[in-house]
Amino acid sequence: MAEFIIKNGHVFDPVQGIKGDKKDICIKDGKIVDKVSGSAKVIDAKDKTVMAGAVEIHAHVAGPKVNLGRIYRPEDKLFSCTPTKGIERMGGGASIPTTFKTGYEYAKMGFAVAMEAAMPPLFSRHVHEEIRDTPIIDEGAFPVFGNNWFVLEYLKNQEIENTAAYCAWLLKVTKGYAIKVVNPGGTEAWGWGLNCLTVNDPVPYFDITPAEIIKGLIEANEYLGLPHSMHIHPNNLGNPGCYETTLDTLKIAAGIKPKNKFGREQVMHLTHTQFHSYGGTNWGDFESKAKEVTDFVNKNKNITIDTGNVTLDETTTMTADGPFEHHLTGLNHLKWANCDVELETAAGVVPYIYSPSISVCAIQWAIGLEIALMMKDPMRCYVTTDHPNAGPFTRYPRVYKWLMSEKARKAQIEAFKHKDKVLSQTAIGTLDREISLYELAQMTRAGPAKSLGLAAMCGGLKPGMDADVAIYNINPDKPIANPDDIEKAFSRCAAFFKSGVQVVSNGEIVNNGNKRTLWVNVKAKENPQVMRDINEKFVKYYSMTQANYEALGHHFVPNPYAIEVDATN
Amino acid sequence: MDTVTITMKNAPALYLEADTISPDAFAGKSAAQIAELPVFEGNNPSTLGKYFEVTGNAGATAADTRIVVKGDVKRVKYIGFRMTAGEIVIEGSADQYVGGWMKGGKITVRGNVDAFAATAMKGGEMVIEGNAGNYLGAAYRGDWRGMSGGKILVKGNAGSDVGMYMLGGEIVINGNCDVHVMTHAEGGRVIIRGNAASKLGGQMVEGDIYVFGSIDVMMPGFKPVDEVELTVDGTKAKFAHFIGDTGERHKKKKGVVVYGNLYKKI
Repeated sequence: MAEFIIKNGHVFDPVQGIKGDKKDICIKDGKIVDKVSGSAKVIDAKDKTVMAGAVEIHAHVAGPKVNLGRIYRPEDKLFSCTPTKGIERMGGGASIPTTFKTGYEYAKMGFAVAMEAAMPPLFSRHVHEEIRDTPIIDEGAFPVFGNNWFVLEYLKNQEIENTAAYCAWLLKVTKGYAIKVVNPGGTEAWGWGLNCLTVNDPVPYFDITPAEIIKGLIEANEYLGLPHSMHIHPNNLGNPGCYETTLDTLKIAAGIKPKNKFGREQVMHLTHTQFHSYGGTNWGDFESKAKEVTDFVNKNKNITIDTGNVTLDETTTMTADGPFEHHLTGLNHLKWANCDVELETAAGVVPYIYSPSISVCAIQWAIGLEIALMMKDPMRCYVTTDHPNAGPFTRYPRVYKWLMSEKARKAQIEAFKHKDKVLSQTAIGTLDREISLYELAQMTRAGPAKSLGLAAMCGGLKPGMDADVAIYNINPDKPIANPDDIEKAFSRCAAFFKSGVQVVSNGEIVNNGNKRTLWVNVKAKENPQVMRDINEKFVKYYSMTQANYEALGHHFVPNPYAIEVDATN
Repeated sequence: MDTVTITMKNAPALYLEADTISPDAFAGKSAAQIAELPVFEGNNPSTLGKYFEVTGNAGATAADTRIVVKGDVKRVKYIGFRMTAGEIVIEGSADQYVGGWMKGGKITVRGNVDAFAATAMKGGEMVIEGNAGNYLGAAYRGDWRGMSGGKILVKGNAGSDVGMYMLGGEIVINGNCDVHVMTHAEGGRVIIRGNAASKLGGQMVEGDIYVFGSIDVMMPGFKPVDEVELTVDGTKAKFAHFIGDTGERHKKKKGVVVYGNLYKKI
């Protein structure tokens, strides 16, 4: 493999504590190294910013619900098609891009890793087929566990060991990465026409509460010592006053210590926090509770969060929170799809327009930014748009602009139709913090990599780590005259190296890289009872046989990168 | 106003997607520059000049530009796409998407237009002297935002699905109209001077339909309320007034439920 040396760039690397110093970055055989030979290709990064490849901790980029969005929203592709160009294949879609466009757009922004945030286990084959067809970026997928019949039955009897054995089995057969929980118990309750809006609402038939599911899955996660923590989308998403449910959810993590060999320090990751930080009793007195939620997270070091920033675009919401999507279509009357996934989960899809002239949307925009600006430790708060729920991931550079420039935020607030309401219902107008490039590297690289248990592999530029290096057209020595320059620079890398291969040059794709699928292979203790239960459920309830269930490596996951976990002790 | 005349001389073997035939794209260009504008024949990129003879230079702005389209353009789509001002006269008949997403200006078609004319039209005026195809003034496939402004006059007949998801503006059809009128509409009005077939106003939330002739089958979701005397499109007459679609959701304005209206001339 080729050798490269990136010279004269301003390096921002939280892993080594480098804050914009000029430093040469050497690449050899796909890894960052201390030095390279004289024959290494020299890349001049003078007056530019050099960071590790970015890490996406939560996005919906592959699988049946994403594809359903593509199928039932032809209008999303109407004016967003990109024709074949160079080695790029044609792409289309604004909020739900095709697989190829997804890979290209992430790479052009300097992303090396993206995690698909909700994989229905029954459809893991479909998820992996789409991941396989998404070029360049490394991807993993989180199977959903929070409404799974096995989990509900084991946890009802507090059988942590059996829950853990089932989780290990499911991660293996679905080639999954982490334990994802979506509206625990609520999605299953929806099968009875109900929902769980607090952590104490009982799930019908199973007679278990969301709190018991959450606690049990955290314990199972730590019992196995998985690289990532339990990753939660709590109950009561998106409703005025939901922050209380969020705080109740976060309190469940109290006192639980992380047990793993990956350097992960949290036991709970709260995702798209913006959707869970609402106060008020209705849409009229709707207000931000970002302070209450971030105050709690700031004090409790065993929790990490991501933001879920609203980008003020027309987008497509999709979640395994089935009842929520049904609720949403009743609010906006747009087209709607919902689906139940047998013993495991459900999902729904509804288009949504975050209009700057609607006060609720503008307040949501402010809450997302407040969360990022109120979090004291950027290593525990990551930028996401919950793509495509709060906005498409292609808008990250715009979110960075708002976070890095008070001027840009003020300009957007001025442009809102209900500016006064935004200022009275949120604290966005009082926040003068501007995220620095170093903090941005923490929030988009080192932080999410650490939370995912990938700190040794990516998110930094330390010798020995994967050579994912992004070079941006930003000169940190000069003040930024126009905040739009931030957005422009982060939209298209000057150059991007993925695992030591230059995949982007001047914002164009020049190589399809060497994409991998990250998954977690847990070596667990033999558990004949769980194996018998799985066999029985397939015979009695599943619409397919166990033989057709597994996402087999050779076809569905042709480029696996298995993270080995030994949970036999 | 300067006139550019484009005359079909080499008919394309495949359908031509010519979204550049619009005053906005022509504005400020000479005949030679207009001939270089990109089009697609099937999925092959090509230029306008390969198929059309272009004479005359465009005006400085779209508003100062008039385009006359001559020859057989029955296989040319997207004429007047997204135009904001100026004028287009099509001497014959055109294919699909004439005036799609147009915001202003005027399009006159001497012959017929195929389906999806004035898709998601926002403003301006369109006169079709012949017949219109299906989905006139409707929303794009999958979209929920149909025609929201402007005016369309069809002197002949119209096909099915006129004004699907219509939000505003006016469509007048002097002749007859096929099935499905203003399906899912939330505003605007459609006037049918001839006869209508069936399924008028299915899942209609808001908006007005006027029928001067007969209706083959009424939707069961519409109910008669009264008789009213109205002046519609310059004609004073007595109409039977129906409201609906009663099976669909409806907004309340000042505490009163707002229905879609169907008026049938008595």
